[in-house]
Amino acid sequence: MSFAPHTEQDIRSMLATIGVEQVEDLFKDIPEDIRLTHPLNVPEALDELSVRRHMLELSKKNLSLDNLVCFLGAGIYDHFSPSVVDAMVSRGEFLTAYTPYQPELSQGMLQALYEYQSLICGLTGMDMSNASMYDGSTAMAEAALTAIAATGRHTVLVSSLVHPNYRHVMRTYLNSAGYNLLEVSSSSGVTDLDEIENQLNQDCACFIVQSPNFLGQLEYTQQATELAHKKGALMIVVVDPISLALLKPPGEYAVDFVVGEGQSLGISMSLGGPLLGIFACKMEHQRRFPGRIVGVAQDNNGRLGYTMTLRTREQDIRREKATSNICTNESLLAVAAAVYMTAMGKHGLRQVAESCVQKSHYAAERLSELPGVKLPLKGRYFKEFVIRLPEYIPPQRLNEILIHDGILGGYDLGRSYLEWKGCMLLCVTEKRSKTDIDNLVASVKMALENER
Amino acid sequence: MSIPENLKYTNSHEWLQIDGDVATIGITDHAQAELGDIVYLELPEAGRVLQKEEVFGTVESVKAVSELYSPVSGEVIETNAPLCDATETINKDPYNTAWLLKVKVSKPDELNDLMDAKAYSKLIEE
Amino acid sequence: MKEKTVFELSVAGRKGVTLSDCDVPSKPLEDLLGEENLRDSLPMPELSEMDTVRHFTALSRNNYSIDNGFYPLGSCTMKYNPKMNEAIAKMPGFAGLHPLQFEETIQGALELIEHLERILTEIAGMYACSVQPAAGAHGELLGLMMIHAYHKSRGDDQREWVLIPDSAHGTNPASAARCGFKVKSVPTNSEGLTDVQALKRMLNDTVAAFMLTNPNTTGLFEKDICTICDVVHQSGGLVYCDGANMNALLGIARPGDMGFDVMHFNLHKTFSTPHGGGGPGCGAVAVTKKLEPFLPTPRIERARDQYRLNYDRPQSIGRIHSFYGAFLVAVRAYAYIRNLGADGLRQVAEMAVLNANYIRSKMKDAYEIPHDRFCMHEVVLSASHQKKTCGVRALDISKRLMDYGYHPPTNYFPLIIPEALMIEPTETENKETLDAFCDAMLSIAKEADENPDILISAPHNTDIGRLNETVALKQLNVNWLTHHKEKKDA
Repeated sequence: MSFAPHTEQDIRSMLATIGVEQVEDLFKDIPEDIRLTHPLNVPEALDELSVRRHMLELSKKNLSLDNLVCFLGAGIYDHFSPSVVDAMVSRGEFLTAYTPYQPELSQGMLQALYEYQSLICGLTGMDMSNASMYDGSTAMAEAALTAIAATGRHTVLVSSLVHPNYRHVMRTYLNSAGYNLLEVSSSSGVTDLDEIENQLNQDCACFIVQSPNFLGQLEYTQQATELAHKKGALMIVVVDPISLALLKPPGEYAVDFVVGEGQSLGISMSLGGPLLGIFACKMEHQRRFPGRIVGVAQDNNGRLGYTMTLRTREQDIRREKATSNICTNESLLAVAAAVYMTAMGKHGLRQVAESCVQKSHYAAERLSELPGVKLPLKGRYFKEFVIRLPEYIPPQRLNEILIHDGILGGYDLGRSYLEWKGCMLLCVTEKRSKTDIDNLVASVKMALENER
Repeated sequence: MSIPENLKYTNSHEWLQIDGDVATIGITDHAQAELGDIVYLELPEAGRVLQKEEVFGTVESVKAVSELYSPVSGEVIETNAPLCDATETINKDPYNTAWLLKVKVSKPDELNDLMDAKAYSKLIEE
Repeated sequence: MKEKTVFELSVAGRKGVTLSDCDVPSKPLEDLLGEENLRDSLPMPELSEMDTVRHFTALSRNNYSIDNGFYPLGSCTMKYNPKMNEAIAKMPGFAGLHPLQFEETIQGALELIEHLERILTEIAGMYACSVQPAAGAHGELLGLMMIHAYHKSRGDDQREWVLIPDSAHGTNPASAARCGFKVKSVPTNSEGLTDVQALKRMLNDTVAAFMLTNPNTTGLFEKDICTICDVVHQSGGLVYCDGANMNALLGIARPGDMGFDVMHFNLHKTFSTPHGGGGPGCGAVAVTKKLEPFLPTPRIERARDQYRLNYDRPQSIGRIHSFYGAFLVAVRAYAYIRNLGADGLRQVAEMAVLNANYIRSKMKDAYEIPHDRFCMHEVVLSASHQKKTCGVRALDISKRLMDYGYHPPTNYFPLIIPEALMIEPTETENKETLDAFCDAMLSIAKEADENPDILISAPHNTDIGRLNETVALKQLNVNWLTHHKEKKDA
């Protein structure tokens, strides 16, 4: 089975046209001594029925959202995706198309990407958005490298309250290219503005902050932007797109680059991949930003159409001088996000965001009423918040108990921050009902009592 | 294809006109035709000292990027900065209004390495 | 532009998907978020759910895809994307997993990734594999980062050059530069293969690696590959294999056996996962034993009957993805490989190569074929004859093919072949399709002689003609909102 359709007669007649006896003859350029003489050692072929049975068995070895009520966030979120999203991106015309290099045959995909870009600009308040990056972490790393190229400076300054994995990925990127990374550490729940000012120096290409940050707290992004610009550094903000249905968009206070994870916009969690990297910037960076972008053009008869534009930045034209090496991106997920934003619309998006705010605050309040549970942070938050547990019950232990009650508990912050040991980061999206939250509170209460 | 007799040429398709110790540099009619509509031009700052064959800027069309190489060594004394906002001029008038920069030649011997119109015309025929 | 944008379809006050009222006690948003943090307006469209469906359905109908027809785009391996893969990727036990769940609760997912990595290692003839890179270029970047780390670990810090053939994909030099390397181009000889003598002259102790696509981008197998790997190794460098063309080699020959040290696969090419109009993909990287310590974290390992994520790898280059890569792409590729088995995989390569050579044979009287030898899974034609004799270029031929109902081949690549038309039929096309496509190509060659204008002004049967990209660039419109605001303001 290989989906190859030829009959034996087809093969004979094709070989005759080519003028060889057997298919083997076509491979004569491959030296004998490196040709495989035995079949590949891979599992035996299975028909579709058996493959699906096998895959279903594998999938059942996992505990999924079918079995768990999710209060875990930390970068990947259990938001509701209406059925229209999957129905649209499952259409073979989107799913099985290549990159739209030939605009005459790709107007549908190009327009969908143009709409995605425009919708992202609407959410973020930025001038332009590319047509996607791999994920939030690589979008952030690429933004940092773009800032380095734009400023000629070699150091990146980042808040320690940016997602730990994002900082890790950026460190990997910067290390190999020989650039420096400095972190502004923060002992409170938000990045300290004085510390930012202290650490910004003449070699800083940019400052990066996430808002809401990894602890769920809103940052003083506007003030941080002013500090960065005063020192000639560019400003990069990592956002949660859902939060921007309510929160002031970074474009309103002169941020240079907005990046983030777009998975919340109608895309399944899927063990964290594939994801959707959001990358938006100010117009003045149009010659330096990475990735593809779609624009509007006219044909000879004055008909308007879409095409990829600002192409000379890209690897296939500029090669080693390209602004990035990215080629394949996450187009289909950008289309999913566009369908999501359209289907939810202005009203639905606000409703989702408002629901996150109300429910997370309700959950935080209820949990804080439990004996020994504290809310260590006092700042504003959107859908994630931190609770401190009594010492006798570490977050890891609580999560083990919760899973037996069918609850996926929060992120154990001690895994990433020494100072937040004993604390848990919980996430409440619009999908959680009051009953879900009350059940969580009841389970935590029971655990606290039993473990004491 | 226009190839004025009074100019000197490089095999990277720049032209050069000598006036005393000042060389005026641009790109040839052939170069602009190969690139197509030029949409972007990047030039150096005046005062920069160039070595022969050093990259001094880039020209771009929609689908191609071409680096510009200095035919001679010397200091840039003037650039045609307004051209950056009127790049179509390079396509229309590559030898006159679309000059790119003026260089004060520091090694006059290098001028001997350049092609005349006849040699350049032979080069682009190939 | 037949279809209006979502912004033009929007009607103030219209609602799409609506949630039921929030069931927890509500407080004013100003109190919870702070008035100073709230935005004034939200410029999002307002459509009914059905309008949304009609809009995106209309867009999809205005887009060519494999499901629509033949897509002979060279270097891209546009083969059939089995529908089975899609059904499997939607299983809740795969799509509904959070990456930070306890390892004990995602054993099936970890097992799948570990198995896939082992299978890809076998197909590559290597020692280990990571499916974390999200695309081919991401795989290249990872490979080069590991090469960088490897040399550094040996105190071999002066290796700052990466050598790359002049025929290479643009991602190769771009990835090398992203990794801080300098790039030098290695010439291709008249046979369409790497000029080994030139390569030898360029090798020394400042060269970190040689990157090579094999079969190369002219569709030919680098028959001196063992010598090439030997000479690079003798100079202390490593050899990187761009595996974009692995469809030609499955079960036939393995990069590891040829002497490559590291390679990437494109699961979205060779292993049938859909391209989605440009992504998602997966650029799985396989390495030999000496590069294994440098693979990205976390590594999935099996200990007794449990799979676990290992972060404790001191020599690792670190993370390259927010989590573990494009899991659902890995799921699809794994399902495909399980479906095919060893014989099926070998058949892929055999039939892909048969199809390409069949097209080659039928094209050779009408188009110039730069290299007189059997091709592998793709054939590169040149329209230089047409350009010289009738002023018709590769682009014109490509656009004319659209009128015949086909997606054009890749054109103007590789850069070393003038007026290149690179055709990759893949193994999943039947003989009737190949014959009809060849007839179209031959008919176009005839038109080029008799009526070149019909090519130069093509396409004629599409909704739009060739777009003026110069004006598009000078009057940049990449965002409906600002563009229309500016228009309104003016």
